[in-house]
Amino acid sequence: MTIAEKILSAKSGKSAVTPGEIVEACPDLVMSHTATWRSASVMKRIGATKLYDPERLAIVLDHISPAKTEKYAADQQISRNFAREHGVRKFYDVDAGIAHLVLMEAGHVAPGDLIVGTDSHCTIYGSLGALGTGIGYTEVTSVWLTGKLWMKVPESVRIALDGWFPGGVYAKDLMLYLIGKLGADGCSYQSVEFYGSAIPELSVSERMTMANLAMEMGVKCVFVPPDQKTADYLQGRLPNAARYQPVYADADAVYGQRIDVDLAQLEPMVACPHEVENTKPVGEVAGTHIDQAFLGSCANAKYEDLVVAAKILKGRRVHPGVRLIVTPGSKQILLEAMNSGVLQALLEAGGMVTNPGCGACAGDGGMLADGEVCLSTANRNFLGRMGSGKSSIYLSSPATLAASAIKGAIADPREFA
Amino acid sequence: MEAVIQGRVYKFGDNINSDVIIPGRYLIYIDKERLGQHAFEMLGEGFGNTLRSFDILVAGRNFGCGSAREQAATAIQGLGIRAVVAASFARTFYRNAINDGLPIVECPALVAAVAEGDSIRIDLAAGKIGHAGKEYPFPQMPDSVRKILELGGLGEYLRGKLAERG
Ligand code: SF4
Repeated sequence: MTIAEKILSAKSGKSAVTPGEIVEACPDLVMSHTATWRSASVMKRIGATKLYDPERLAIVLDHISPAKTEKYAADQQISRNFAREHGVRKFYDVDAGIAHLVLMEAGHVAPGDLIVGTDSHCTIYGSLGALGTGIGYTEVTSVWLTGKLWMKVPESVRIALDGWFPGGVYAKDLMLYLIGKLGADGCSYQSVEFYGSAIPELSVSERMTMANLAMEMGVKCVFVPPDQKTADYLQGRLPNAARYQPVYADADAVYGQRIDVDLAQLEPMVACPHEVENTKPVGEVAGTHIDQAFLGSCANAKYEDLVVAAKILKGRRVHPGVRLIVTPGSKQILLEAMNSGVLQALLEAGGMVTNPGCGACAGDGGMLADGEVCLSTANRNFLGRMGSGKSSIYLSSPATLAASAIKGAIADPREFA
Repeated sequence: MEAVIQGRVYKFGDNINSDVIIPGRYLIYIDKERLGQHAFEMLGEGFGNTLRSFDILVAGRNFGCGSAREQAATAIQGLGIRAVVAASFARTFYRNAINDGLPIVECPALVAAVAEGDSIRIDLAAGKIGHAGKEYPFPQMPDSVRKILELGGLGEYLRGKLAERG
């Protein structure tokens, strides 16, 4: 069996499952973010009062944090009260950061776990070998109450990564390349497993970017099989050693599709408006004027991402026509960046730093006016996602973002090597 | 839920994402009416109103891709749209539509054959769509899943389950 098949069979109490089969699975964790109040209101509407198991809930108030209107404040109050009333201990308030990153940092995600949540980028948990996938808020309520949900066992895709990135090329570029090649539904309903000689070299942060962006090719879930780097990251985070139970595919696992990528052949990539699959090598869009550069989101606002950008920006100046907005992914990341001088470099170069969270990626500050262009390290460039329906969003790695912020136009990071 | 849905279709292309269906700033709402007022507004002022004169949305591949926001399905219902037929759906939208009581059908052959403004007749129980004198079969959902849709969504389904337990 593949990793997805193994996890889904374990979580549905079966000895084996096959793709296409529908199972009743019991998730280890149900994440809800800003949507928590909506799930709580469904619970109220149908008259339910008792959770299946409060220990399986995790709540992180991340999307619009702190509240920017009275309505958001009232919604957050509902979520806070809900967590208190039901004894939800894995509760993180508006200061913590983006749910995905916060939950992994806090040790709530272990290899082999099945995690569902009110966010499509739950796929990111696959960076640690867990099966993460997104569901809507009513379905979250259902899992809160029943402890289970129906799931279709996905077919699996095997992507092998060999060789190594040339200078200026990162996991983000790999994913933009793959999304461009395979399309927004290239792996629809499928589970992607990453293999190849490059995997042991990839940092956990780069793996998170990969598992996060894989969503943009339609995956149900994605896995980087756990290794020493995974174990090191989780050491001291998981509540106990017994929680570390990696799940690997069998040697005779069946894959519907096999893709090989030679990382050495890649170059910096940019996703052009208004679809992520609309990718081009940076050279083809270099010189495109930008008004705003957003270094943020669950895709690329981890500590390592801030370091990459800061290395390029240190001692240089952001172009006077560009607003550089830096939104660290979590409070821990913010602290680390503060202590190491990374924040100082970004601020001195002309950037601004906001509170941790989704920030501009969720339309919380950093909105765009008609005709404005933003280069962003996030995972989506959909029409109007950051403001006006007449604005445009391009996506890139933190390195391309930093180079572009300096130039005032999309630029090749290899010029700053 | 109606067993047979008949009406005029509006036709979209591929990869209509859920940010376009309902922008993030309106996720503060969960009711059909208010979400319907802002559905598809990124595609131009009054575009949502244009859609109100149609009954069924037809789309290409990967309808509802992107964000897992359940309100994408709610907003479509807020426009008075009674079903969506697509060549394929993104999985989060597919689930959300069922959980929200919005009938959805995967039928690439019909999508290829139909033009905007055409009339179609979806027979959910029989698993076929009638258009211009022809019938297009589509794969049925598993019974357990169709039950949720028939009851008008997961909320109602859960309410029933709770009542059973007493
Ligand atoms: S950072 Fe952006 S993509 Fe990630 S969870 Fe927040 S809004 Fe979604």
